[in-house]
Amino acid sequence: MCLAVPMKVIKIEDNTATVEVSGTKRTIGLDIIDPPPKIGDYVIVHAGFAINTIDEQEAQLIINDFEVLFSDENETH
Amino acid sequence: MKMKHISEYRDKEVCQNFIKKIFDIHKKEIRLMEVCGTHTMAIARNGIKQLLPKTVNLLSGPGCPVCVTSQQEIDKFIKLSQLKNVIVTTFGDLMRVPGTETSLLQERAEGADVRVVYSTLDCLQIAEKNPNKEVVFLGVGFETTAPTIASAIIAADKKGIKNFSVISAHKLVPPALTALLENDEVNVDGFICPGHASVIIGGKAYVPIIENYSVPCVVAGFEPVDMLQAIYMLTDQIEHGEAKIEIAYKRVVNFEGNAKAREVMYDVFKPYDAPWRGIGIIPKSGLKIKEDFQNFNAENKFDLFVEEAPEPKGCACGEILCGTKTPMDCPLFGKKCTPDDPVGPCMVSTEGTCAAYFKYHN
Repeated sequence: MCLAVPMKVIKIEDNTATVEVSGTKRTIGLDIIDPPPKIGDYVIVHAGFAINTIDEQEAQLIINDFEVLFSDENETH
Repeated sequence: MKMKHISEYRDKEVCQNFIKKIFDIHKKEIRLMEVCGTHTMAIARNGIKQLLPKTVNLLSGPGCPVCVTSQQEIDKFIKLSQLKNVIVTTFGDLMRVPGTETSLLQERAEGADVRVVYSTLDCLQIAEKNPNKEVVFLGVGFETTAPTIASAIIAADKKGIKNFSVISAHKLVPPALTALLENDEVNVDGFICPGHASVIIGGKAYVPIIENYSVPCVVAGFEPVDMLQAIYMLTDQIEHGEAKIEIAYKRVVNFEGNAKAREVMYDVFKPYDAPWRGIGIIPKSGLKIKEDFQNFNAENKFDLFVEEAPEPKGCACGEILCGTKTPMDCPLFGKKCTPDDPVGPCMVSTEGTCAAYFKYHN
């Protein structure tokens, strides 16, 4: 339930941002993060909201892990 | 293609190093409890238990929000779905949880309007598109999730959306740890603290556990290296007679946490003495909607009274959530209670201890 995914901020509009990971785009809320992220930052996203900003290199490692995880899941189901 | 994606957090050599360090330093039998459903799954999926000395025992605590939601709260959610003109919105893992008589999934099959959403932002859109209906979100989750629900309530208030409301069954992690340590039957030497709840509450949330109970707390991430590092740190503290807060997930969690998210959460909610499945009432462990936002409290808008319901007969979810029993000790496990036909929520939720045991240990 508390799973959170790092995503890259590609657009900011008021208190929402468009974020992207592995080709998937989403609109998320920026109301519970201070300071707010900038375009190009990586944020950890939980239930449609950015909950913190993380280093790009770290984000990329986690994203790669998710890709492995999901490819594993696909193989077992 | 897969191999090049495997990061340093899954590196076999790094894992083996931590395992060796744990074997080297470990002398006495210890019991470590993880309090996070995602950790429960990570431990099971990666076979972490099998890699450790037999005397390093890993227990699952009350870390799955769906699992700790009381039967009465589940029954309330179901009653809500039976009301006319109501659209129930929820995260997916509540759908199959059995209430006393039925589940949200069954109610949907009978014609109830129950919709799985990704975020509370989706609920507001549904409310705006359906002005003649009431849209209610089932608020289940810990500190990671509660600020997102609070934010939606604030947004609805600002936008003047009057047909949106929430049932708040949110729970807080630190009071549950305290309740476990106050229970004589529970025997825990160290806590593997949740990774993403700790993004919000920070390492500092565990200060009372250290000060009042001298039980080490280490915040862990979700990869094998993260988990083994946390287990090593806890073993090391215990062997040296120390009790401190450490963070084995520094790339995401810090000591202070996310103050803005906590501010939003406490603008809307206030702590109250909340019921936990299998544990009972824990002081100041739940979040209810404050006076200023009562227009968004579904329990005010609708008559949701349901009788206090007993937990399913024979189901050991309560003891399993406290770490005093394992799924193997439950007479229903794998027989009357399976993921396809679950009796208790620990088998329903994908993050439940019983579901993890069934998938990876059976």
